[in-house]
Formats: sequence, structure tokens, C-alpha cells
Amino acid sequence: MKIRFVLNGETTELDVPGDRRVVDVLREDVGLTGAKESCGSGDCGACTILVDGESRLSCLMLAAQLQGRRITTIEGLGSEAQLHPIQSAFTQYGAVQCGFCIPGMVLATADLLKRNPSPSREQIRRGLGGNLCRCTGYQKIVDAVQAAASRSADHEKPLRDDK
Amino acid sequence: MRDVSLPRSLEELWGLLDRESAAALYAGGTDLLVKLRAGLEDPPALICLERVGELKGVQDELDEVWIGAATTLSTLMEDPIIQRRFQVLRKGLEVLGSPPVRHMGTIGGNIVTASPAGDTLPALYVLGAQLEIRSKDGSRVVAIRDFIVGPGQVLLNRGEILAGIRLRKVQSYAIHHYEKVGRRKSQACAIASMAALLTVSDSGVVEAARLAWGSVGPTVVICREAEAAIEGKPLSMESLKLAIPLVEKAVSPIDDIRADAAYRRTVAGLLLLRLSEYSAGTCSAQ
Repeated sequence: MKIRFVLNGETTELDVPGDRRVVDVLREDVGLTGAKESCGSGDCGACTILVDGESRLSCLMLAAQLQGRRITTIEGLGSEAQLHPIQSAFTQYGAVQCGFCIPGMVLATADLLKRNPSPSREQIRRGLGGNLCRCTGYQKIVDAVQAAASRSADHEKPLRDDK
Repeated sequence: MRDVSLPRSLEELWGLLDRESAAALYAGGTDLLVKLRAGLEDPPALICLERVGELKGVQDELDEVWIGAATTLSTLMEDPIIQRRFQVLRKGLEVLGSPPVRHMGTIGGNIVTASPAGDTLPALYVLGAQLEIRSKDGSRVVAIRDFIVGPGQVLLNRGEILAGIRLRKVQSYAIHHYEKVGRRKSQACAIASMAALLTVSDSGVVEAARLAWGSVGPTVVICREAEAAIEGKPLSMESLKLAIPLVEKAVSPIDDIRADAAYRRTVAGLLLLRLSEYSAGTCSAQ
């Protein structure tokens, strides 16, 4: 099945089985291994990607559903030379331990901060409720998200979305 | 390998179902794709409903609100009509899964999956939801309590889909309540849950009550006896306690990996007591 979509800003065309899972397309066919597979059933959030800017689970999406969508993986969020502000905050606050959950955590944070630019700690916990960290480093992750939120509030003054 | 089709209209969907009537339908995929991976289902083809425009959105109609079955749970949670009129449903949505699951999963999927633990179901029962079933040949309307007949079992014939949910707008209940007991807050399948709608007079007497429990029977459990027991009495711990044995009798929970039946039965009854928190004039639907 021929599928055309935008992957990290670039128009991409693939010929893959329509029922292939998006996490497999990304990791094995395209070679982007940022999205991780852990539970394979929507419980852990390690495979989180952004679909048209919204967090979704790439283990529960089939290749056919990519058609016409704008996909962002962790590889498309920042670069090694210039980290995304969320990524900088995660490194500065020691939010990363083994790192396996971090691509999902960072993308879930991007979705959360777009909806709520200055979340409380409770709102951060709820916003990241679908992402599990088995190193149990949640405190520092929440610290990092708070720091990323206050930095973007200082620098960008994003428009509040009151939803 | 299975074909995956993404129809953009019902017309296109009916054509696909004509050609492959045994195809499995899904919208969010958060239930079906897990079952496929586990080898629990093996349909010849898949049809994804996420792009069928006629199955999406919330419409404010004369006496009713219509919700498209393929409307995502997060869209519904943020919808101003749902927030204004159906807080009990919003409260159920808020504790369902996690943000990415709510971005993908749909209300129609939650209904058709018919899990006894489905977090929108107790709310839809107390609101008396009517379901719009459509096929190539027409449509019919059925009450949710008649549609869901067992765990994972609904009265949907081949060629039919759940197209929409209709909720009556005039619901005079000032108190909308939903509570789920699970092992953690996010991503928890309910051990027991309860939705309630209450009307309480200025003097604190319960004038009308609608109650429904999740995860304590093969389908959502309603208990007219418990409703009748708290109606006409003050909304107090004392009168709520009197209804607990009626609830314990009405439910038929099972032992599973999350909890045993006896615990579920106890929790189902005790969930009633939370309603006393609305007694001090705190009748806001928050």
C-alpha cells in the first residue's frame, strides 16, 4: 500500500502493508528508533508520537492511518546541536535515567504544554499519566516539565488556550 | 496481511461492507488492535472509521444532543455542550485511560467494546442514552441498556454500525457524580465505579436519584431499589447507609486479576457514601 505523509517536516512516501503497525514502520522501515516499543498494548506510552500535533500511540496505529497526516517523532523535535527546550530541561533537571521512556515523556510533554502552557504539578502528573518510567524518576521529570513550561512562558508568551 | 480501508463517508463504508461483510470495524484501535496482536480475533480485513465525517462531532439539537460515535474521548471531554450539560459523562471521560488513549479512543468504541469496566458506560446509563444504529438499509434507535447484553456483547447485526449517541437535554439533576476505584489514577481499569445523578431540594431531601455501577456485573448494574431507598430522604450518611445492602444484593461481581468479588461488592456499596459530600449545599456539578 502506497502511503504519503509528512514525517518530521519532510514529505515521505512508503510502500508498506496497510496493517503494519506504525511503530514498526518507524523503527524498522524508516530507521527512526526514537519511538520505543515496550508494552505493545497502549499502557506505557514509550511509543508516543505526535499525529497532527496530538500525542498518540504508534503501537496502536496502523500504517494506513498515516495517510495524509503530519507525524513528529522525537527525532523531529530538536537536534543534537539544538535541543528542544523540553529536551534541555530534561537534561538539566536530571530527568533521564535509563532513557527508554524519555522520547514518549518528551512528546507527551509537548502535547501537554501546547494545551496548557503553565500546568500545576498535579496537571503535569495527569498529563503524563499515560507514560510509565520504571526507573521511577517521576519527581525530576515533573520538575523538568515545570521548568520547560516557565521558560517558554518567559520567552515566548504563548497564547493561552483556555480549553 | 489484512487490507485496511479508511472510508471518508458512510456511502463508502456501505460499499466496503458489501464487499467484505466480515471485516472488523474500529475507530481508535485502542481495544481492537490489542486483541488482534494477542491473537484473540482474526478478521479478514479492517475498516477504520476515524475519517468518516458523518460519525464525528457533537450537535446541539432541539431536545437532544447528538454525539457521533467516532468522536474521540478527548474531543468530547473538552466539548462545551458536554461540559455544560453532562458533567457525569465528562467525569467518566476524565479518568478513562490516559491522554494518548483519549486522543485515539472514541465514545462509540467504548460502547461497542462493552467492557463491564467501560468508564463512559455508567454515565450513559444514568443519562438514559439512546443509540442510533445505522446500516445501508436504514437506521434504528435502541436504549444503551438494551444494546449491551454481556461483556463484549452488543446487539449489532452484520452490516450495522453504531453511528451516534442521543442524550436528552432536559435533565434536571443538579448533582452529577462519577467515581472509579482502580489500582492507580491513570491507565486503571475500574475495580468498581459508580455514576449518580441527584436532585436535592433546598431542604436537603433527595427528590430524584439515578445510579449505575461499573465493573460489578457482566454489564452496568442499575438498582431501582437503592434509588427508591434514598429518594424522599435527606442526603446524609445515615440514609445512604440504609441503601448499601440493596446495592450489595444487586451486583454480581467476579474475581479477576484486579480484585476479588467480595471486595468489589463491598466497594460498590460504599461508593454510595461519597454522595453525602454533596449534601452541604455543594450542588455544583464540579
